Amino acid sequence: MSIEYLGLDSINGPLVVLEGVQDVAFDEIVEFSVQRTKKKLGRVIEVYEDKAIIQVFESTADMSLKNTHTRLTGRPMEIPLSPEILGRTFDGIGRPIDQLGDVSYVMKRDVNGDPLNPVSREYPRNFIQTGISAIDGLTTLIRGQKLPFFSGDGLPHNELAAQIVRQANLGEGSSEKFGVVFAAMGVQHDVADFFRRTFEESGVLDRVTMFLNVASDPVIERIMTPRVALTAAEYLAYDLGMHILVIMTDMTAYCEALREISASKQEIPSRKGYPGYLYSDLAMLYERAGIVAGKPGSVTQIPILTMPNDDITHPIPDLTGYITEGQVVFDRDLQGKSIYPPIDILPSLSRLMKGGIGEKYTRADHQAVANQLFASYSRVKEARSLASVIGEDELAPTDKKYLAYGRKFEDQFLGQAKDENRSIIETLDFAWELLRMLPREELDRIDTQLLDQYYGLEKVL
Amino acid sequence: MKQLGTIYGINGPIVYLKGKTQFQMSEMVYVGKMRLIGEIISLNNEMTTIQVYEETSGMKPGEPVYGTGQQMSVTLGPGILNNIFDGIERPLKTIEDQVGQYITKSVQVESLDTERKWPVRVTVELGQEVTGGMIIAEVQETKTIVHKSMIPPNIDGKVIEVVEDGDYTVVEPIVKVKQLDDTIVEIPLAQKWPIRVPRPVRRRHESSVPLITGQRVVDTLFPITKGGTAAIPGGFGTGKTMMQHQVAKYSDADIIVYIGCGERGNEMTEVLEDFSELEDPKSGNSLMERTVLIANTSNMPVAAREASIYTGVTLAEYYRDMGYDVAIMADSTSRWAEALRELSGRLEEMPAEEGFPAYLASRLATFYERAGLMQNLNESEGSVSIIGAVSPQGGDFSEPVTQNTKRFVRCFWGLDRQLANERHYPAVSWLNSYSLYVDDLSVWFRDNVSPDFINNRRQILEILHQESSLMDIVKLIGSDVLPDDQKLTIEIARVIRLGFLQQDAFHQEDTNVSLEKQAKMMEVILHLYRQCREMISMGMPMSLLLENQIFNRVVTIKYDVPNDRLDLLDQYLVDIDQFYNHIMETNA
Ligand SMILES: Nc1ncnc2c1ncn2[C@@H]1O[C@H](COP(=O)(O)OP(=O)(O)OP(=O)(O)O)[C@@H](O)[C@H]1O
Ligand SMILES: [Mg+2]
Repeated sequence: MSIEYLGLDSINGPLVVLEGVQDVAFDEIVEFSVQRTKKKLGRVIEVYEDKAIIQVFESTADMSLKNTHTRLTGRPMEIPLSPEILGRTFDGIGRPIDQLGDVSYVMKRDVNGDPLNPVSREYPRNFIQTGISAIDGLTTLIRGQKLPFFSGDGLPHNELAAQIVRQANLGEGSSEKFGVVFAAMGVQHDVADFFRRTFEESGVLDRVTMFLNVASDPVIERIMTPRVALTAAEYLAYDLGMHILVIMTDMTAYCEALREISASKQEIPSRKGYPGYLYSDLAMLYERAGIVAGKPGSVTQIPILTMPNDDITHPIPDLTGYITEGQVVFDRDLQGKSIYPPIDILPSLSRLMKGGIGEKYTRADHQAVANQLFASYSRVKEARSLASVIGEDELAPTDKKYLAYGRKFEDQFLGQAKDENRSIIETLDFAWELLRMLPREELDRIDTQLLDQYYGLEKVL
Repeated sequence: MKQLGTIYGINGPIVYLKGKTQFQMSEMVYVGKMRLIGEIISLNNEMTTIQVYEETSGMKPGEPVYGTGQQMSVTLGPGILNNIFDGIERPLKTIEDQVGQYITKSVQVESLDTERKWPVRVTVELGQEVTGGMIIAEVQETKTIVHKSMIPPNIDGKVIEVVEDGDYTVVEPIVKVKQLDDTIVEIPLAQKWPIRVPRPVRRRHESSVPLITGQRVVDTLFPITKGGTAAIPGGFGTGKTMMQHQVAKYSDADIIVYIGCGERGNEMTEVLEDFSELEDPKSGNSLMERTVLIANTSNMPVAAREASIYTGVTLAEYYRDMGYDVAIMADSTSRWAEALRELSGRLEEMPAEEGFPAYLASRLATFYERAGLMQNLNESEGSVSIIGAVSPQGGDFSEPVTQNTKRFVRCFWGLDRQLANERHYPAVSWLNSYSLYVDDLSVWFRDNVSPDFINNRRQILEILHQESSLMDIVKLIGSDVLPDDQKLTIEIARVIRLGFLQQDAFHQEDTNVSLEKQAKMMEVILHLYRQCREMISMGMPMSLLLENQIFNRVVTIKYDVPNDRLDLLDQYLVDIDQFYNHIMETNA
C-alpha cells in the first residue's frame, strides 16, 4: 500500500528534504533504501503541505538526490518487546547485534513514551543499599530515583556504577525480580566491554538488556538510544514487574548529538550552542524514572555524564541537575589523592533521601549524622584554606582537630575498596567514630538526645 | 464548532495555516483530526500560526482546524480547590480515569465536574439590581472554604429569575439577568474567563499586612506583604522548591495556588500526598482543602507550560474576588520563560539576550503586575501574592530571567550555593537578599508583635554584615588575633546563623514558627549580645565567656523550646543575667 518516492530534493548534513509527498505525518518514521541495497531510517521533523524535512539516522554520506528511495511507515519509532529482550544486546536504535537473531515480540511500543500523569506516580521511598558509604550515608539512592553521576574524563564513574550493579540490593529479597538496562551513547568499545564483563562476573548477564551506540556508530542514532532503552526499561518494570536500574552513559555525548542536529537545522542556539529545548528534551528522558502507582516494578536511573572541563555550570550538568533528584559529583583532587570513590560530598545531593531514611528505613540518627558530616566537612575545607595561609602549626586547636578529622574522613569514610560492601549500619557507626574526633560542642546539627545516645557510646561500651 | 482552516505545516507544537483565515487572535481552536487544543498566536494575510497544547506527532497537512469563537479561557467555579489540573485546567484525575496512567493525546475532559450537585445558598433576590462581581450564591466548596459565585465582571442588570436554595451543578442557571440592552443572560455557578486578561478590580491598595510564612529568615529579615511579590532565585538543589512547599504549608493565606511549571512529577506527587495528610494550621482541616495544584511537569507539552502560569494566576484572581487572601507559588518561572524561548525559536523570531525573545521583560512584568491587594468590584478586599522560583542557568544571577524578574518583584530571597552545600537551610543569603516592604510593614510589626521588632531586626542584620567583613580578615590570618569585641561579633553571628536563620523543615517544632517566637528568640540572642558586650568593655576576655554553655544553649532554643511553651524563653533571659553576674562576681 505504501508509495515509494524516488529521489530527494536536498541533503544538508543529517537532514534531507523530500517534496511532493502525500499524507506525511509529523514525527513518523520513514525508510530509505540507498542504491536499492542499503537500508536507513529517518524521522519526519517538520512538514509543510507536501514537503517533509527528514532527519536521517546514520550518516547521509552515501546518499544522493537520485539514488535514494523513500517509503513512509505511517508510524512513530517503535521497538519490539517481549521477555526475550533480557540477556540480549542491541544497537542504538534497537536492532539485535548479538547474532542471536530477531526478538519474537509480544508487542511494539512507541519509543517516545507519553508523559506519566503526576497523579499516577507513587512517591519513591525505598532505600537501596549500595554498600558505598558516601552514597548510602550521604546521598542515599532510592528505588525509582534519577540520580546522575557528574564526572569527568578519566574519573572512575564506570567502576562505581559497576560496583553498584554488583552490590545493590535492588530486589529486596529473592521474591522481587530485578534487572539492568544499559544504554551506551558515544562511548568507546572498551567501556561497553567493561560493563559486559562486570555483568557477567556478577552473574546478572541474563537479566541485562544492553543498547550500544559506541563512538564509531552514527551520531544521529544516539538521539534514539536512551528513548529505546527507557522504553525497554518501562516494559520490564511495569509489564513484567521488575525493579530496573537503567545506566545511561555518556549523557554528554547524547547532548552533543542533539546540538549537532540543532545546528544543521540552523536553530537559534541558547547557551554554548545547545538548543533552547535541551532542558525539555532531557526531561523527557529523566522523568521516565519512577514508580507507577499500583504497578509492581520501578525504574531507577543512573545517568552518567562527563562535565566538559570539569565545569558543573556547563549546560549539560546544569540542566541535568535541575531535572534529576540530586547528583553525585566526582572530584579530580580526591582522585589525585587516590581516594576511591572520589566523591565530593558538598555539591552532591540526594533529594529523595529524606523520605527513604530514618527509623523506618535505615536508622533514626541517619539524617542528623548526614547533616553533621556535611557541615563538618565544610569546616574542614575552611580550616585547610586557613592552614594554607598561616601554616598548620598556627591553627587553633579546634581547627587542628578538623584537619585530622578531614583526613580520616576522606581516607576511610569516603575511601573504600572496589569490592568493599558496607552495610548502612556499618556506615553510620563509622560516621560516629569519626565525629567523636571532634568536640561535642562542634556537633551543632545533631540534637541533644541523639548526641547523648551516640556520642558517648564509646565510653559506655 | 466550525471548520475555519486546514493545516499547512507542522513544526513541533507550532502549526501553520496558509492564507487569510477567519480566526481571531488568541482564539482557542481544535487542531487536526485528533482535535488537539490550541491557541491562535499570530495572524496575517499569508499565514495563521497556532500554538498547540498537546503532542502533535502523527498530525498531517490537510487536516482540519476548528474555531471556538472564544479566547483561551479557564472555567471558574466550585470544584477547583482540592484538585490538580494540567497547564490548561484539565483535571488530571479525570484524565487518569479516562485514559489511564499516561497522558495520551486528545483527551476530551471538562475542567470542572458538570454532574456533581453542590448545595447552594442563593444570596440575591428577584428584582435586585446586580453588577459585575456581585455575589449571587454561596457553596461550601471544601471543609475550609466557602465558594462565592459572582456575576461575571462585564454584566449589569436586574434579576428576573432566581432559583431556590438547593442542589445544583456548576452549569445550571442560578439567576437570569436582564441587561440594560434587554438581552437576557443565564448565570450558573461557574463562569469562564480568558487566562491572559487580568480580572478587573475597583482599585489597588497599598498593603501593610505581612504574609506570615512561619519561616524566620522570611518573616523577620525579608518579609513579604499580603499582595506582595517575591522571587526565589537559586541554582539546582539550593532549596527553591522546599521553600515554596514551606510557604504553601504554613503561610496564613486563605488559599494556595501551587503551579508546578516545567518541574518534576515526583514533586507534585509529594505535594499531593503531604498536603492531604498535613493539617492546615488555620482551620485544622487538611491542607488540600485550601489548595489547588497546577501541574505541567517538565515532560508535559511545552506550550501548556507557557499557559500554566496564566491559568494559575487567573484562578487566584477569582478567589481574590471573593475576598480571600491568595498566595501563588510558581515553580519555576524560568521554565516558563524557556517555554517562551522555545516557542519563539520555532517561530523564528529575532532573539534578544541568550535566545530569549525581546518581550520576556514585558511578559514577566504583566505576570507580577497581577499580584496586589485589591478592592474588588463587589467592594470586598482580597489579595494575590506571587512567589516565583527562578532557576538561573549555571546558578548565575546575571542571566536575563533573574535580572528581569528583579525589576518587577519587591522581595528577593536569593539562595546561595555555598550555604546549600554546607546544608545551611533555608539557604537564603542574608547579604544579597532584600525586602522593599519593611517600611510599609513597620507599623504593623510595632502594633502586633513588639515595639522593638524592627530595631532588633536591623541589629541582627548589622551583626551579620559585620561578621561578613570580619570573615575576610579571619580567612587570611585566623580569628585568634582579633580583638575581643570582634570575636564576640563572630560568635553572636554564629548563634544567629545556627540558632535563628537555619530552620529545619523536617523538624516537627522548627518547621513552622510563630512571629511571637521569632521575636522572642531575637530578643534572647540580642540580650546575650548586649550583656557580653558590656563584660568585654569591662575587660573580660572572650575566651572566658565562651567557657560557658550559654551560647550553645541559645543555639538550640529552636529545638528545646516547644512552640506552645514560649514562657520557657523568659528563663533564658534570667540565665543570661545569671551568667553575667557570675562572671562579674568571680572575675571582677
Ligand atoms: N529548609 C530545608 N530544610 C531541610 N532541607 C532542605 C531545606 N531546603 C532544602 N533542603 C534540602 O535541599 C534539597 C533540594 O531542595 P529543593 O528541591 O527545594 O531545591 P531546588 O532549588 O528546588 O532545586 P531545583 O532547581 O533543581 O528544583 C531538598 O531535597 C532537601 O534535602
Ligand atoms: Mg525545585
